[in-house]
Amino acid sequence: MIHFVLLISRQGKVRLTKWYSPYSQKERSKVIRELSGMILTRGPKLSNFVEWRGFKVVYKRYASLYFCMCINQEDNELEILEIIHHFVEILDRYFGSVCELDLIFNFHKAYYILDEILIAGELQESSKKTVARLVSAQDSLVDAAKEEANSISNIIAQATK
Amino acid sequence: MNPFSSGTRLRDMIRAIRACKTAAEERAVVRKECASIRAAVSDNDNDYRHRNLAKLMFIHMLGYPTHFGQMECLKLIAAPGFPEKRIGYLGLMLLLDERQEVLMLVTNSLKQDLNHTNQYIVGLALCALGNICSAEMARDLAPEVERLLQFRDPNVRKKAALCSIRIVKKVPDLVENFVNPVASLLKEKHHGVLLTAMQLCADLCILSEEALEYFKKRCTEGLVKVLKDAVNSPYAPEYDISGIADPFLQIRLLRLLRILGHGDADASDCMNDVLAQVATKTESNKNAGNAILYECVETILSIEDSGGLRVLAINILGRFLSNRDNNIRYVALNMLMKAISVDGQAVQRHRATILECVKDSDASIRKRALELVYLLVNESNVKPLTKELIDYLEVSDQDFKGDLTARICSIVEKLSPDKLWYIDQMLKVLCEAGNYVKDEVWHALIVVITNASNLHGYTVRSLYRAIQTSVDQEAVVRVAVWCIGEYGDLLMNNTGMLDLEEPITVTESDAVDVIELAIKRHTSDLTTRAMCLIALLKLSSRFPSSSQRIKDIVTQSKGSLLLELQQRSIEFDSIIEKHQNLRAALVERMPVLDEATYSGRRSGSVPAAVSTSQGNALHLPNGVAKMADAPLLDLLDLSVDEPAAPNSSGGNFLQDLLGADISSSSSQSGKIQAQKSGTDVLLDLLSTGSAPAQNGSSTPDIFSISQDNKTSISALDSLSSPMVPPVQASPITGGSPMDLLDGFGPNPPVPKDNGPAHPPIVAFESSSLKIIFNFSKEPESPQTTLIEANFTNKSSEVYTDFIFQAAVPKFLQLHLEPASGNTLPSSSSGSITQKLRVTNNQHGKKSIMMRIRISYKLNGKDMLEEGQISNIPRDL
Repeated sequence: MIHFVLLISRQGKVRLTKWYSPYSQKERSKVIRELSGMILTRGPKLSNFVEWRGFKVVYKRYASLYFCMCINQEDNELEILEIIHHFVEILDRYFGSVCELDLIFNFHKAYYILDEILIAGELQESSKKTVARLVSAQDSLVDAAKEEANSISNIIAQATK
Repeated sequence: MNPFSSGTRLRDMIRAIRACKTAAEERAVVRKECASIRAAVSDNDNDYRHRNLAKLMFIHMLGYPTHFGQMECLKLIAAPGFPEKRIGYLGLMLLLDERQEVLMLVTNSLKQDLNHTNQYIVGLALCALGNICSAEMARDLAPEVERLLQFRDPNVRKKAALCSIRIVKKVPDLVENFVNPVASLLKEKHHGVLLTAMQLCADLCILSEEALEYFKKRCTEGLVKVLKDAVNSPYAPEYDISGIADPFLQIRLLRLLRILGHGDADASDCMNDVLAQVATKTESNKNAGNAILYECVETILSIEDSGGLRVLAINILGRFLSNRDNNIRYVALNMLMKAISVDGQAVQRHRATILECVKDSDASIRKRALELVYLLVNESNVKPLTKELIDYLEVSDQDFKGDLTARICSIVEKLSPDKLWYIDQMLKVLCEAGNYVKDEVWHALIVVITNASNLHGYTVRSLYRAIQTSVDQEAVVRVAVWCIGEYGDLLMNNTGMLDLEEPITVTESDAVDVIELAIKRHTSDLTTRAMCLIALLKLSSRFPSSSQRIKDIVTQSKGSLLLELQQRSIEFDSIIEKHQNLRAALVERMPVLDEATYSGRRSGSVPAAVSTSQGNALHLPNGVAKMADAPLLDLLDLSVDEPAAPNSSGGNFLQDLLGADISSSSSQSGKIQAQKSGTDVLLDLLSTGSAPAQNGSSTPDIFSISQDNKTSISALDSLSSPMVPPVQASPITGGSPMDLLDGFGPNPPVPKDNGPAHPPIVAFESSSLKIIFNFSKEPESPQTTLIEANFTNKSSEVYTDFIFQAAVPKFLQLHLEPASGNTLPSSSSGSITQKLRVTNNQHGKKSIMMRIRISYKLNGKDMLEEGQISNIPRDL
């Protein structure tokens, strides 16, 4: 089971956090501080796994971002690397060669995508295409609702003129 | 955007925050935004709730408090439209966690959304429920989720399956409701549904034995077939990852098969072929393939034995181990640890490679490899492995040295073939990393040294050499000081030369130099200095010609601010100066320290027999109090200001100093006489100021009989009194005067008190019931405590159907034996006993504790009592 997902920039800024196990706000910031200290300082040729508080943290760096997932001792670390890559590829397709700025300004979209990949700390879908389809279907629902709202407010605006 | 909108857009806020140059600026921007959001919240602004929550989430990610936004999430979730719900659920998952009570308020909205006609809204609700639901919500909403497992759209079914995992983890009683729906999901073709159903199935099997049996019978064959198809499937772009068809699916299949095949020969048999196929056909040049192989190896190792497959699995690990990718090596080491129990011989073959990994630059790999090496060491390979590890100790990272030394010491202690080797290795470790060595390790080393009488000369000479080069390692200094004090004379005359040894020339003053250097070194702590003082006292007798110089060194400590040092130096000074005649007897060699006693003590149990005085006529009474302090530690007690110090350092210290003589010379009465007078003086010296008070403090410990107390103090007292320095005010009064000489002479050997090492405790007492625990220990397994629980009924009615239950925290293992009966007679007129065996994995760190529940029938009515026992002494 994945206990949490963290995206940390090379400067140590948090770009996304998702907690599947209960951690209080205080613990959360402590965890983030501890892990960014450990992970950001690791050299480039070392393994992608860090043992931490009886768990393992699997991380992978993509450009300026570190994607980290915390798992149990007995889980398959290599698979988690694949899940991270799976997530990154889907982000990449969605944003069209994703960069850190996309994830800053559209952080909520990154969350929506993650919610289509993981639930309860487990993998939900192995097809990138399906995830992309589901996210865009929901996006279009939002767009449709917005348009409708605009048209109604236009009507009201015109009516009250 | 609406032209009348107030406040900034999300995008603008993010820009503003990013433009901040200092943390203070950022705080100012955030404060302003939070203020306007709070205002909007209190105005109950509907139009911008959506945007405000998005801003709050961003602010939350930066680490600012955002609790005031929690209710906004609930309002958005309750709104009818999809956009509001979407952001509302996101906020709920981000800003809240399952422990917040606000969460309960959302249960109703969740219930409605789970029944919504729009499948995406159902999906949002399932996602939120799966990520943050609490036990109460899980119970309330389980029926909805169960129904959604049969929803028409597979994307909802897969979400419901994962959501069910959280539900059964929170409320394990619900497992049986999910067994049937899962069995039908496992037959589906949709990968998402299959993935999630297998995950749920695995969790159900872990939670419930019955579910496991059910799936074993009904699903094993089907899953084997799915795996076979997956392995042989043609190229499918949708699921392809570097040439492998859906590795995620294959990994989950292998994992579930592992659970189903574990301990079941039939099920294991059924999956043999496909496992062999996966193990041989999967490409290992990409991470995805390796992930599958890794999972496959684990499955092969945990299902029932099939020799051929295991060879295949270990070979894969061997290949992994020689891979250049650190990740692959890391998982290989991880898996080899598990493989050791299955096929130790096969793992031994990779020993050399594993040893290389101990020296890796990656801390994660080093740690794993070291643990693995530790498991691989046995009698036949201990020498070369230890040599490698010690060689590496020289060059290893500072932060790895602690782990490494602990492991090496443990290997050497556990498997050393002979004492010479043990001493050699420990000296090497001490020289390299003496500051990382734990106290009990060098204590044990001293015990071993005293026992190796033919190596005394060799050891002290090696230590003399070692201290020249490694003076900065505290542990080396201590052991060396101790040995030079004891065996200093062997340093001069090269007694007991071993063939391999090179002779050295050391003069008396060289030896004293070493001690002087140690006592004066500013980094030496109290323990080291106290040990130096004792060594000096001993050397003053061994090297008569250096006596004056030693006296000068001792005198320098008279002004020490540390009371213990000051007091000892004054005492030792007067011994050196005024009591030449008894000094030699005082500082005789220590008796051989008994290894069994020490190792028993180290592991925390108290040995039944006393070892310091072996079968001689003049038994020193060794009560429990004495046994608890092993001889070695008594010397060190000097340095510890414990409340028990008057007893143990007064009595035992003396006893240790004199121990050898008393035990060896019981036949020579004349000599005894001399010693006894020495004893008395020393007692005075070491104990508190006045003689009567001293009797009160230390005699009860030494002479447990009071008859002597009546005899009045004799001339000896006057001999000793004048020179007793009034160092301490007498803390104890009321001891009757007594002649110590008389006390020693006619005192008959006091029978050893081998009574219960641990007094029984009242573990539980209520108005109706009392439980007493009696403890006993097996010397060979200090972690295990045998408890005999004794139940008595304090009421006037008989209890029937009496059942005692206990639960323990994870670090304990509890085994309850059948009780002696189940009827408890009234008014404490009888009792039931029951034996408990507790194994404490954290022995010495945590004390045993348990929760208990007692049920019985009183006049046919069920009664229940519960309690917690936490008053069990820590040393058990």
